Amino acid sequence: MPSRILRKRKLIPGMTSELVIEAPHIAAKALPGNFVILRVWEDGERIPLTIADADKEAGTITLVYLVMGKTTAHLETLDAGDDILDLCGPLGRATEIHKVDGPVICVGGGTGIAAMHHIAKGHHMAGNRVVTIIGARCEDLLLFRDELCSFCPEVLIATNDGSCGRQGLVTDLLVEMLENDKTVAEVVAVGPVPMMRAVAEATRPFGVKTTVSLNSIMVDGIGMCGACRVSVGGETRFACVDGPEFDGHAVDFGELGARLTAFKDQERLSYEEFKSHGCNCSK
Amino acid sequence: MAATAPSKKTKAPRTAMPEQDPKVRARNFEEVALGYTADMAVAEAGRCLQCKKPACRKGCPVEIDIPGFIKQIAAGDLDEAYAVLRQTNSLPAVCGRVCPQETQCEGSCIVGKKGEPVAIGRLERFVADTHLAKTACETVTGGPACSMPRDDLKVACIGSGPASLTCAGYLAARGIPVTVFEALHEVGGVLVYGIPEFRLPKAVVRQEVEAMKALGVEFKTNWVGGKTITVPELLESGYSAVFIGVGAGLPRFLGVPGENLIGVFSANEYLTRVNLGRAYKFPAADTPTFPAKHVVVFGGGNVAMDAARTAMRLGADKVSLAYRRTEHEMPCRREELHHAKEEGLDILCLNAPVEFIGDETGRLKQIVLQRMVLGEPDESGRCSPVACQGDTCTLEADMAIVAVGTGANPLISQTTPGLDTYRRGYIVADPATGETSIPNVFAGGDIVTGAATVISAMGAGRRAAKAIADRLLGPGAAGQPPDDMADDSADA
Ligand SMILES: Cc1cc2nc3c(=O)[nH]c(=O)nc-3n(C[C@H](O)[C@H](O)[C@H](O)COP(=O)(O)OP(=O)(O)OC[C@H]3O[C@@H](n4cnc5c(N)ncnc54)[C@H](O)[C@@H]3O)c2cc1C
Ligand SMILES: Cc1cc2nc3c(=O)[nH]c(=O)nc-3n(C[C@H](O)[C@H](O)[C@H](O)COP(=O)(O)OP(=O)(O)OC[C@H]3O[C@@H](n4cnc5c(N)ncnc54)[C@H](O)[C@@H]3O)c2cc1C
Ligand code: SF4
Ligand code: FES
Repeated sequence: MPSRILRKRKLIPGMTSELVIEAPHIAAKALPGNFVILRVWEDGERIPLTIADADKEAGTITLVYLVMGKTTAHLETLDAGDDILDLCGPLGRATEIHKVDGPVICVGGGTGIAAMHHIAKGHHMAGNRVVTIIGARCEDLLLFRDELCSFCPEVLIATNDGSCGRQGLVTDLLVEMLENDKTVAEVVAVGPVPMMRAVAEATRPFGVKTTVSLNSIMVDGIGMCGACRVSVGGETRFACVDGPEFDGHAVDFGELGARLTAFKDQERLSYEEFKSHGCNCSK
Repeated sequence: MAATAPSKKTKAPRTAMPEQDPKVRARNFEEVALGYTADMAVAEAGRCLQCKKPACRKGCPVEIDIPGFIKQIAAGDLDEAYAVLRQTNSLPAVCGRVCPQETQCEGSCIVGKKGEPVAIGRLERFVADTHLAKTACETVTGGPACSMPRDDLKVACIGSGPASLTCAGYLAARGIPVTVFEALHEVGGVLVYGIPEFRLPKAVVRQEVEAMKALGVEFKTNWVGGKTITVPELLESGYSAVFIGVGAGLPRFLGVPGENLIGVFSANEYLTRVNLGRAYKFPAADTPTFPAKHVVVFGGGNVAMDAARTAMRLGADKVSLAYRRTEHEMPCRREELHHAKEEGLDILCLNAPVEFIGDETGRLKQIVLQRMVLGEPDESGRCSPVACQGDTCTLEADMAIVAVGTGANPLISQTTPGLDTYRRGYIVADPATGETSIPNVFAGGDIVTGAATVISAMGAGRRAAKAIADRLLGPGAAGQPPDDMADDSADA
């Protein structure tokens, strides 16, 4: 049963877009931290994307993706009015959100800012004080700033080139906050693996609970294949059903980073074929 | 002991089934076994003694009237032969291909006591394949007409493997509307994402599913039970009963160092990539598979055989299968072992893995194996393997596939308050009806028994469907076909 794209917004032309998709049955259930698995065409790959926002009344979910290879590039060719062939969710365990005393710091990097947005909003709705820290290489690549500012009075920004906010890394801002405020209840980080690893290392000396959202390679997303397995505290866990969020201090990021390269030669081949010939589906 | 004295006809050898040449087929995904011609089927049917108390029937989990359908083949009446099969088996084209006949019907066949048993599985397949062109209604019910739909009732089946498909087909044939909710984008369960094309062509499964659609069964793919919709929500939204047939889940790994290196796969992942993701035609299809030179598969069941034979077909230079016991203890179908050896599978019996060794980029390069010997038989009668301390060897390998079983999928039990499960997560269901600890919620197949067989999952789907139909329509009101008597005795 295909799902219709209602709106598309190009956040970073050619690189990152936001899709608002009609999926009432998923929107009704979507909680912060959940993701979907989608497939774009008949012989397409199943890929996971985080639910960046959900609107129960309108029956829509919002996805934000970075064009990385064949499937996301194919997705980028679709527009409002087009259908996504298969869309399945909400998957994964939702973020554990409780009312806590101190502030919750939500850190997002790159496309992870959009995924983090849903979690930050969840904490905000639960009545927690939310501080968000977002980072990118330069101002043009900063996503979802307005969306975050709409509910979060404290949005801190770091860019590598200093074009917006502090010049430096999100972890610089994070460490400052942790040094100045001993009441921080939790740190949540969503972004590229090196960023999440750096956040976990930064919070470790402070002993602050740190939750990361892992993006291991997935196939079914319902706990049948083991592709998504990660080592957490020395144990093998399945990111799609046990996660995707785990204790950042216990995750083996080295292994995760390596496993993400498992198919790099095939992915390159597939993407190059797509760029030179277009999709096989139109042949 | 009702066998008549062997007559001359039983001296005839078992009729061989044409197969693709092993050298050719080891590199393609076409079906290996090509099926009998009509003449072959009649010849083979002639070997059956038509026992008065057929032992074969007792060996069949759904008690197909085996001499009955074979007699019709011999008489040339294939429609009638099919009708006999359909009385108790709703997916004969599948079962003829994948059932472990040597431990079931054929294992009990009297002719097999002295020579080779009647080729019951091959005959079943022949009849079903010949029939599959018929109308939808006939395909599912074995009868020319279906009951009128009852708009006031509806039943939900979660999962679309053989257990759910059988349950749905049975209910739909009795006029009860059924919706099947499947998490993946294709319907069929292990029949489509696990068992490879060369053993069970997807077209066979699709035909059975199309027949059910024609009967009015509604299929909703990309619906995850427990996530998109929960069991309590289904009941609240008006489904009179729910059948849970979500199969096995969570692959087990070996628990040895290096298991998360790149190149170490569960058989489920490998087979799902190839079968569901159609990775065999990468890059024409997007899902990649892992190219490898030397593949080592761990396990001795059908899943291990399928993974090994798939790896051969995807161009591996060498595929080895390591098993901790001997060939004799392998739980796979004998035919699969035989076919795999013909195709060049290297079998390393009495070997267990102790470590996977990777290179600096985290890719598998070597596997350390431990030599084993068979010890004393345990309670189950199987000899447990014992390590020969100090006797290890190291193999060069760039891919390992682990096929040592699965656990229970937690998605449904996590989201269904009041649903009792065993300690390992399998759902508790009444063996006679399949009903769980929640009234009107039934379960069957691998999620109840742990990984088992297609036919046992179908048996469970059928028993639950019968219980549901009795409850919704009143006992007997379902217009039970006479075969249900056979089914009852199977349960007893
Ligand atoms: C739970 C989860 C949530 C995610 N949320 C988002 C999101 O909101 N926005 C976003 O842009 N990306 C997200 N990702 C990552 C996204 O799934 C990958 O970028 C995407 O699969 C790339 O596919 P591709 O064909 O375009 O690129 P490819 O060239 O195939 O792959 C590029 C890289 O993406 C990763 N990847 C490839 N295939 C998969 C797969 N099947 N599953 C997961 N990762 C894969 C690999 O590391 C690979 O090197 C998420 C991943 C997970 C596991
Ligand atoms: C590779 C392989 C080879 C095999 N070979 C043989 C053989 O030769 N002979 C034989 O008899 N048996 C064989 N088996 C075993 C046999 O296939 C299984 O015992 C049988 O398929 C079990 O049927 P089932 O209906 O219980 O579940 P499955 O066939 O596993 O189907 C379950 C379905 O439920 C879906 N599902 C899971 N969770 C959810 C959810 N939360 N919501 C919705 N849907 C969900 C799954 O996607 C799947 O489609 C083999 C198994 C494998 C893996
Ligand atoms: S198949 Fe074998 S056991 Fe069954 S009736 Fe024929 S001869 Fe007897
Ligand atoms: S993606 Fe298959 S088990 Fe998680």
